Amino acid sequence: MIILLGPQRLAPVVGEVAASYGVAGHAAVITAGWQEREAEDEELFAALGMPGVNLQLYARWEEVARTDPALFAAHRERQDRLRALEELYDGRLRHVMAAARELMRAEGPLGLIESERESAIDAVRELDDHHLRRVAAIHAEFDARVKPTEHPALARHREQIRDVLARSEVVAIAGGHVGVLLNRLRLFGLGDAIGDRHVIAWSAGAMVCCGRIALFHDSPPQGAGNAEVFEHGLGLCPDYVALPHAKRRLRMSDPVRVALMARRLAPATPLTLELRDHVALDGGRVVGAAGACALGHDGSVTPIRPAAAAGGAA
Amino acid sequence: MSTALRQLLAGGRPRKAAIDAFLDAHEFPLVEGNHVTFIWRGQADGVRLRHFVYALQTEVNFQRVAGTDLWHCSLDLPRGSRIEYKIDVVRGANHKWIRDPLNPRMATDPFGANSVCACDGYEVPDWVVPDDEARHGTLEEHWLEPTPFGEARKVTVYLPARFRESRRYPLLVVHDGGDYMRFAALQTVLDNLIHRGEVQPLIVALTHPGDRLVEYPDDPRHTSFVAETLLPFMEARYPLWPDAAARVLMGASFGGVASLSVAWRYQGVFGGLLLQSGSFAFTDIGQHQRGPAFDPVVRFVNAFRENPGKPAQRAFVSCGQYESLIYENRSMVPFLQGIGVETRFTEARDGHNWENWRDRLQEGLSWLFPGPLWMVYE
Repeated sequence: MIILLGPQRLAPVVGEVAASYGVAGHAAVITAGWQEREAEDEELFAALGMPGVNLQLYARWEEVARTDPALFAAHRERQDRLRALEELYDGRLRHVMAAARELMRAEGPLGLIESERESAIDAVRELDDHHLRRVAAIHAEFDARVKPTEHPALARHREQIRDVLARSEVVAIAGGHVGVLLNRLRLFGLGDAIGDRHVIAWSAGAMVCCGRIALFHDSPPQGAGNAEVFEHGLGLCPDYVALPHAKRRLRMSDPVRVALMARRLAPATPLTLELRDHVALDGGRVVGAAGACALGHDGSVTPIRPAAAAGGAA
Repeated sequence: MSTALRQLLAGGRPRKAAIDAFLDAHEFPLVEGNHVTFIWRGQADGVRLRHFVYALQTEVNFQRVAGTDLWHCSLDLPRGSRIEYKIDVVRGANHKWIRDPLNPRMATDPFGANSVCACDGYEVPDWVVPDDEARHGTLEEHWLEPTPFGEARKVTVYLPARFRESRRYPLLVVHDGGDYMRFAALQTVLDNLIHRGEVQPLIVALTHPGDRLVEYPDDPRHTSFVAETLLPFMEARYPLWPDAAARVLMGASFGGVASLSVAWRYQGVFGGLLLQSGSFAFTDIGQHQRGPAFDPVVRFVNAFRENPGKPAQRAFVSCGQYESLIYENRSMVPFLQGIGVETRFTEARDGHNWENWRDRLQEGLSWLFPGPLWMVYE
């Protein structure tokens, strides 16, 4: 069972939602997205209502970085490359998104304009896919060259984490900095190690469980940017792209922006997750939901219902 | 004249008790939409409003309500305006500039303090007020020596909350750093914007000039100090990103000129500029009329316009509409864009003052140093 939730800090429902699906047991908790505040997990455990252990992935990497300077330097060099690649992607994205947005708002003969829109959105999708391939290639090159799992400092922690997971029925992944969270999950091999355990994840935690991770904010103080496809997620629910805080971060009342987001991320379904929202998936099928909505290709925002087939909204 | 004052005067000359009650019942100045009425009470031969709004007559006479010690004058100001002012009380040949005793709002600057009139539509941004949840950065002081000035110079360094040696940070060099801290709440602004994720954690070098009017307008000692003394020190001492894109120069007024001149003389070293109400006076022909302090400024800006090169990759430029420098700053925008500098410009209904510069910091800093807001989903 995979349960994705909206933000928990102001109105935690994680415990009652987990209980309602019978998800219980010893929990391996991941709060690496909180970075230096990783260990401040008292409220989290209280809300979760399960015994468990914080895997402390953020602190573990800090220790590895101190004890293995070569691995730290190689990791930093990879992050520099990823950052530089992201800037190049962002520069290209500006142009293809401007074209797509212009066509989405343009008027013209229906028989002509729709295929132009589709082509413009295809160009965005193609760029997104290209970026994800480039990112994956950088990771693959790093893994092949540096062989991080063979570094004793890292291997020791991975072993310890596997031990904790072996006695855990549940993995809980909190939100925070999605880039840091994904990075630490990858470094410590959580993608494979989670196995078929129950996963309950919220905000950035929900994002990393999906097939792809989209970064988005329509009204930051420096001016609206374009939603970016960041990286592949863990792929635990590949048919969705989680959008926490969507009401605050996205102009949901603008059907053109909603439609563009939905069509761009297809075939996955963009899934909004607000306070108290959740969606529960079992074998990729929606088995329960509350509040979570799917963005539609027509600009609609439709509540997810359990009856829906995987990847779709009722 | 405001409605409240008109009502007070409707019945003829108001009695002392009525004036007392009127003053107790209202906040001053009286703001009604675009209309602002200033009030002063006391014995004088004349009373004038001294505001600092370029393009309006710089002094406005108060009128005395006959038979009373109550004085008033009015201005029409556009929505969102914020102006600073003093009241000039004239007794015989003596002029005494005072803050408005009926108005508790004031702004400080290196010359003292002014009263503040905030019109409808202006609000003090919440990110300039200390936030209990925001962790505080720390300050360190260093004395750099030797310097091109032939004397030691102090630099104050702001390190963000949760600073870690294992991370790398961009660098912001702030001219008149002490004034930015005292009069534009820079430390609070940095703490808050970093806490909110709107600005990335950064290291700030706050410089403290000697004679800024001499050092800032393209004095080679100053440009050398920043690029060849301060920057190497900062790079040796702190974990900074080792590329130009992560280095920004910032300054207001003459400090804007200093920032531009450092970037111009050391092209490729600094990637960003944050220029607030820069004193970018220039001449196309003939002489400028701004006085001798501007002679080196005009020489520099003329030379820059003649042979600009590309001083930075990105520039954030802001200016108040009520400053005489608005025209120079507006003209700087297409000029910078024309030489390939990605430029963002914003103007406000405000004057040449520190709170105007403070209020523009969120937009400028978040554009030049976009924070992890994009990446954080709590």
